[in-house]
Amino acid sequence: MTAPAIETAGLIKTFGDNTAVAGVDLTVAPGTVYGLLGPNGAGKTTVVRMLATLLRPDGGSARIFGHDVVREADTVRSRVSLTGQYASVDEDLTGSENLVLLARLLGHTKAQSRDRSAQLLAAFGLTEAAGRQVKKYSGGMRRRIDIAASILNTPDLLFLDEPTTGLDPRSRNQVWDIIRIVVAAGTTVLLTTQYLDEADQLAGRIAVIDHGRVIAEGTPGELKSSIGAGTVHVRLRDAAQRPEAERLLASVLGTTVQQGSDPLALTARAEAGSDQGAAELASRALARLAEAGIVVDDFSLGQPSLDEVFLALTDSPAPQEVPA
Amino acid sequence: MSTDTAEPVSTYAPSRDTLGAVLARADRPKRPSALSASLTFGWRALLKIKHVPEQLFDVTAFPIIMTLMFTYLFGGALAGSTSEYLQFFLPGIMVTSVVMITMYTGVGLNTDIEKGVFDRFRTLPVWRPAALVGMIFGDVLRYILAATTIMVVGLILGFRPEGGLLGVLAGIALLVVFSFAFSWIWTMFGLFLRSEKSVMGVSMLVLFPLTFLSNVFVEPSTMPGWLQAFVQVNPITHLVTAIRSIMAGTPDMAETMWTLAASAILVLIFGTLTMRLYNRK
Repeated sequence: MTAPAIETAGLIKTFGDNTAVAGVDLTVAPGTVYGLLGPNGAGKTTVVRMLATLLRPDGGSARIFGHDVVREADTVRSRVSLTGQYASVDEDLTGSENLVLLARLLGHTKAQSRDRSAQLLAAFGLTEAAGRQVKKYSGGMRRRIDIAASILNTPDLLFLDEPTTGLDPRSRNQVWDIIRIVVAAGTTVLLTTQYLDEADQLAGRIAVIDHGRVIAEGTPGELKSSIGAGTVHVRLRDAAQRPEAERLLASVLGTTVQQGSDPLALTARAEAGSDQGAAELASRALARLAEAGIVVDDFSLGQPSLDEVFLALTDSPAPQEVPA
Repeated sequence: MSTDTAEPVSTYAPSRDTLGAVLARADRPKRPSALSASLTFGWRALLKIKHVPEQLFDVTAFPIIMTLMFTYLFGGALAGSTSEYLQFFLPGIMVTSVVMITMYTGVGLNTDIEKGVFDRFRTLPVWRPAALVGMIFGDVLRYILAATTIMVVGLILGFRPEGGLLGVLAGIALLVVFSFAFSWIWTMFGLFLRSEKSVMGVSMLVLFPLTFLSNVFVEPSTMPGWLQAFVQVNPITHLVTAIRSIMAGTPDMAETMWTLAASAILVLIFGTLTMRLYNRK
């Protein structure tokens, strides 16, 4: 099997006047996790829906393991699974009924379906909740039953559309662990996310999407170094020293410094230059504060946020999330 | 999400061993036949009734009210007595009630399709119409329940079909076949229209004239000519005539064939349109 798991060329989708996807080229190698990173409304979900045969592209082509998503939709469907942004299970049914229903639809016999369902419920820690309606599940449990439903037949390609949006940190970590195990078993994963750290944690390669276009592509490391910026967070011991510290940081880092609502905190971007990296710059700034006799209790150089990625790539901040 | 209270302290940790074992690639089972997939979706409809039994209210209480109301409202005036009127009226009100209930197929599909679960169904490698056919299978059960309810009420009130048990069963069977076919109109609207309210609105607009401007309540001979013309082509009229004749023990084969042919045409036209919308959604 040498065909890429996903290969798209000039993929386009329009809804009326709105061009949701404006020519996307992607190549995803089998057995990897690929991250589609972008804000709400960037076109991530539309790309996934076209690849999962739910939407017909208006232009360009998409192949899954070499099979065209339009002409060979049925073959594609037998190789992929989708876990959508909203529970792709029937909320009125119990967890176990959902899994048995889908197993039957995949061609398992009644007995096989019950076995498979029980096995999956156990593997996802849902045995106790098996007889409860899914609408009574917590957010994390819903995600788990949803992913369980997606691997009833182990898919060759799994689409995960914002799998951790709205989850608490513990549930998010559980989902991350599940994704790692699924990939280790040989399944390719296409993951959409709004969080850079999520893509960083899981994905081998990332495409950053904005306004229906890929505006950057590469490994997480490549992306971060291409952005070349980190965020310096400083926490002082003495609030009276803040104006002085602010002046020093601004002069060393060459950027504006923001005062946090905490009277002891300062935040600034450290932008890498051709001769020095962001970390180097940050350490010089720290040394400078020490020289001036300013006591620093806490110091960190954070990863660039999605907002900073967008600032760097598009010169405009990530579009504001519209509360649904 | 504010529903997180349902989870006891989550101690779940995905295990590489148990989860890995689940993920081991086994031979995939053969894909199910069209019928088997449709029946599985029908089972889903049954499970939904099991979990939300209140939804049976409209197929039991509503038909009972319709039957009682019209029997006592029109009975004395139109036929001299309610039991006289019932002999004429019962097959018609049964058709009216069941055909009106078919609109819930569209309303149900419209609310269902907005949820993520249909995305999953549509990415399954199964016979495409199965999800919809299965859904209507579930509705057929509701039609049978409604028809049976009305028949029982009718028998209690004094309806005495000459055709006996066989005639009654055959009449209900014909009604169910027609209603199954008729449901495809509503699946089309359910996919086409944006909200369940608009589906309701359109359904009422179609169903009221169709059921009232027929031979359900009165003999068309008393109507003005132009109305008679409409009544004569109204498929409900043909269905009611066929069912009346079957239940009376003197089956009108021409009307029965007409009804079956109309059913086939409905499925052909609206089933095709529905599937086109379903695939494009």
